[in-house]
Amino acid sequence: MMHVGLEHYLAVSGALFALGLACIVLRRNALLVFMGLELNLNAANLALVAFSRYGGHAEGQVLATFIIAIAAAEVAIGLAIIVALFRRRATIVTDLLRSLKG
Amino acid sequence: MLTNGHLVWLILFAPLLAAAAIMLFTRRLPRVSAGLSIGAVVLGFVLSLKLFVAVLQGEAVVAPSVVWLDLAGWQLVWAATVDRLSALMLLVVTGVGATIHVYSLGYMRGDSGFARFFGCLALFMFSMLGIVLAANFIQMFIFWELVGVSSYLLIGFWFERPSAAEAGKKAFIVNRIGDFGFLLGILLIGALAGTFNFAELAAKWPALGLSSGVLALAAGLIFCGAVGKSAQFPLHVWLPDAMEGPTPVSALIHAATMVAAGVYMLCRVAWLLAASPEIMNLIAWTGGLTALMAALIAVAQRDIKRILAYSTLSQLGYMVMAVGLGATTEAMFHLTTHAFFKALLFLGAGSVIIALHHEQDIFKMGGLARKMPVTFVTFLIGTLALGGIWPLAGFYSKDAILLAEMDANRPLFVMALITAGLTGFYMARALIVAFLGQARDQKVAGHAHESPLVVTLPLVLLAIMSVIAGWHEEIPHFLKPDFHEHPHGVGILLGFLAIPLAGFLLAWLLYRRGPADDARLRSLLGPLYGLLENKFYVDEFYLFLVNRVQGGLAALCAGLDLVLVRGLGVGGVSGLARLAGWCVRLLQGGSLRFYLLATILGVAAFLLWIGR
Amino acid sequence: MTVYDAMFWFFSLALLLCGVLVLISRDAVASALFMVLGFIFLAGLYLLLEAWFLALIQILVYAGAIMVLFLFVVMLLDFREKRRWWHGNLLGWLGAPLAVAALLAALLPVLKRAGALADAPEKWFEGTLENVMTPVFTRYLLPVEVTALILLAATIGVVVLGRKETKP
Repeated sequence: MMHVGLEHYLAVSGALFALGLACIVLRRNALLVFMGLELNLNAANLALVAFSRYGGHAEGQVLATFIIAIAAAEVAIGLAIIVALFRRRATIVTDLLRSLKG
Repeated sequence: MLTNGHLVWLILFAPLLAAAAIMLFTRRLPRVSAGLSIGAVVLGFVLSLKLFVAVLQGEAVVAPSVVWLDLAGWQLVWAATVDRLSALMLLVVTGVGATIHVYSLGYMRGDSGFARFFGCLALFMFSMLGIVLAANFIQMFIFWELVGVSSYLLIGFWFERPSAAEAGKKAFIVNRIGDFGFLLGILLIGALAGTFNFAELAAKWPALGLSSGVLALAAGLIFCGAVGKSAQFPLHVWLPDAMEGPTPVSALIHAATMVAAGVYMLCRVAWLLAASPEIMNLIAWTGGLTALMAALIAVAQRDIKRILAYSTLSQLGYMVMAVGLGATTEAMFHLTTHAFFKALLFLGAGSVIIALHHEQDIFKMGGLARKMPVTFVTFLIGTLALGGIWPLAGFYSKDAILLAEMDANRPLFVMALITAGLTGFYMARALIVAFLGQARDQKVAGHAHESPLVVTLPLVLLAIMSVIAGWHEEIPHFLKPDFHEHPHGVGILLGFLAIPLAGFLLAWLLYRRGPADDARLRSLLGPLYGLLENKFYVDEFYLFLVNRVQGGLAALCAGLDLVLVRGLGVGGVSGLARLAGWCVRLLQGGSLRFYLLATILGVAAFLLWIGR
Repeated sequence: MTVYDAMFWFFSLALLLCGVLVLISRDAVASALFMVLGFIFLAGLYLLLEAWFLALIQILVYAGAIMVLFLFVVMLLDFREKRRWWHGNLLGWLGAPLAVAALLAALLPVLKRAGALADAPEKWFEGTLENVMTPVFTRYLLPVEVTALILLAATIGVVVLGRKETKP
């Protein structure tokens, strides 16, 4: 077995990202869709950190820091929207929320 | 000052004005409507008489004409033909028409459509007079179709009865077939000769130097029109069904005038027919065949109006046969006398029908002679006239035709003789069964009584005309001043007289005891009776043709249409649009997850593209 | 296999397992808790990458704050789908493999070339607080300010969204 290197981290990152995508597409609960989104963000973070580590520069981890900060804001807003939605429509199943259809 | 020429247009348009006034203003006033219509036709009759006298005295009557269409190098003039032929025909149409109008007063009394009836009748008079006066083919075709329309309206007059509505449709559609050929013929002649005017064509047509095939085609197509309108085989099927109309209509339109329009038209274009001996032959044989076939069918009918209808067919066949043999004068002679006695017979039948409350089966009648003496006597006169008994009108006109045939065409002559015998038989049968003996159905015929004067007066007038119209052969001499009857001996005339008399005698032997039904004739004729009773199954054959052949073709077309046009053509196009719409609708379906999926796939595709 | 390798495999497999459990759990609370666990294993991977500061942030901010917020909302709504998520989910079953396949197809070339991107071990970056934060507060000062604005906007937005609806 070869020594663990950049590609291993990237593979884990990709797999995590794939799980996030699957979660987005498979689940009908808006909260789970949102969680899938978080998985995607963390997969991206892992890739950035790994690049930063093996590439020998700081920018990857700097970017990851920013992502975590923005993710906090995004989660706050997103959860507030879901709560408002639930108050108004009494459901957060995305398939039932179709009033925007053209 | 009104000249005779102006009077021609007055004769033509008076009924139109009456029809328009009735339809527009007086539909709720039956008496006024009847007055308008009768006034128009009586005026027409009086003026026709004046015109007739003028023509008789040799005056050249020229009606004012109007240029109707003026195209480059080509004109269509609205004009009237006034010659001996049309003067006679005018007199017949307005004369018979006037008596039948008066008769309708009695026959249609109390009908809810009284005013409408007289409006349609006036429209018919206008159309018929238009045919008689037409100076060119276009004019004639227009009125030809107008006659068809008014005939349709009148056959289907009691349109709430499905059979009447069906009969109207049938007449119209069957006529349509003939008229299609007629129109094609008119267009062909117009294209070849460059004019539609009868007078010009008569002079020009033989000089055009056309091949015999083209001449035959033109004549044959024109003859198609006459086949439809005059109900010749194979388009004869509409006329018996047209008896669904009120009896005055049957008398006026489907016996005396309209069906004679075909014969009149053939006489009018005799120059066209004369140019093609083959078609002349065809016309003669068509007429002969129709005459014989219709007479045979009439033998086995029970409905008094249908017997008369087939008799009309048979007599029209006579006229057409005469035209085919070149004897147009004889044909017009027979047309005129036939108009009188056939109208008389129909009106007599109508009188019986009123008395019996619309019972038309002769085997439910019987013993009417004592109860309805005037009707009986006039019907007897009509029967004898139709049978061709001396000295009544039918004798002269029928013999004129038979004499003309005797040398020209022996097989047709024999057919015509057989027809004459059959005519005597079936008319005597109707007369004996309906009027003599005892009433078979007391409920129907027991309480019959004579019709009012307004009905019997026209009967008497027509009976007088049926007696005297043939005397001295005035009519053929009027039509053709140098008319000579074919030379013949008294023996031949006696022979002609003996044949219908034999028919009468046979009918007398069969029916004098007043049988309750037609069993003796049925057993005498065997299977032939069924064939005749069912009119040689021509209607059934046409039905088969339409249902199976045309229906099959239609089903095939429908199938092709469904599969090719609707399935692949329209369905394919709409299916594509629908598929595209379905795809696009997904994009706008409001499904969050689908939007996300689409975004993911789009980004992945973008990555693949830049990562090549 | 070195201890480093063993730890990598343990953390990454545990992380992916948590991800799968997030995906398949019927209960949103379970999903959120597995997510917290997964983020802790992710922090472990950060430690292996010598990203000390980010590992700390991951635990404190992500697992500690963000996911607690998630849990809080999940429990607040107490929402349950009527149908299990794998029932009547044609779009999901067709779409998910498609999305994953498309992603992997796009990432595979990058993975293949990843080995060449790695630098020599002596040049590897160590994510200490000083190493990460020095660029943040010098070269990337402006993005920090912008991020602060975004956080402010998010705060205001949440307040607005969370207000009780009043009739205009």
